[in-house]
Amino acid sequence: MNHRAESAKERITAALKSALTPVSLEVIDDSHRHADHFVHPGGAGHQGETHFTVKIVSPAFIGKSRVERHRAINEALARELATGLHALAIHAKAPGE
Amino acid sequence: MIYNSHARGTLNSAMKGSAMASIHDQIQNVINENAVVLFMKGTPQAPQCGFSGQVVQILNHLGVPFKGVNVLADGELREGIKSFSNWPTIPQLYVKGEFVGGCDIVREMFQSGELTDQLGKAGVPAAQPARG
Repeated sequence: MNHRAESAKERITAALKSALTPVSLEVIDDSHRHADHFVHPGGAGHQGETHFTVKIVSPAFIGKSRVERHRAINEALARELATGLHALAIHAKAPGE
Repeated sequence: MIYNSHARGTLNSAMKGSAMASIHDQIQNVINENAVVLFMKGTPQAPQCGFSGQVVQILNHLGVPFKGVNVLADGELREGIKSFSNWPTIPQLYVKGEFVGGCDIVREMFQSGELTDQLGKAGVPAAQPARG
């Protein structure tokens, strides 16, 4: 497995493209903005790539509620969320919205 | 409508079984007994995460009374709320027992006026958000 050779941003981008075939996708690493804030007991430390913003437009979101859209994204990124991805800001639209 | 039937593969073994059932019962009780509940990091007076703090600000701006539950105070609760809601991140807002969403969804609904509408339908008085 080539897991560590790629950056988290690359893995997130690949997972979202594969799961949701977006017509537009922007993955922004916000980690530097959170580098020095509170480190939660038992949580991941804030080293490296931990905070991201995802801006995604996908036909998969047509007719889906906000919660359903976020769940689809969280599902696609389940492994990242379990292994160090700490916070994900999501802007999820269907084409034309 | 409660999304509590989706125990995830990411749960560690310590959280399976009766301990998880118990924490889910506790969460259910809290959202049954309080019209608006925010599961958050820190307290409404002292949020310990910017995302939790944003939702507190929105609820305060709307003048909505709510119960803040600090997930950092209890490791079982912190994991339990994620499996209870099938939602991997904190904060999480519940209105009348229904999962509304996390920070982004609450902010979008606030900006569009939908949050005020939903609170109104739930019988929770909220001020109209300031526009512009």
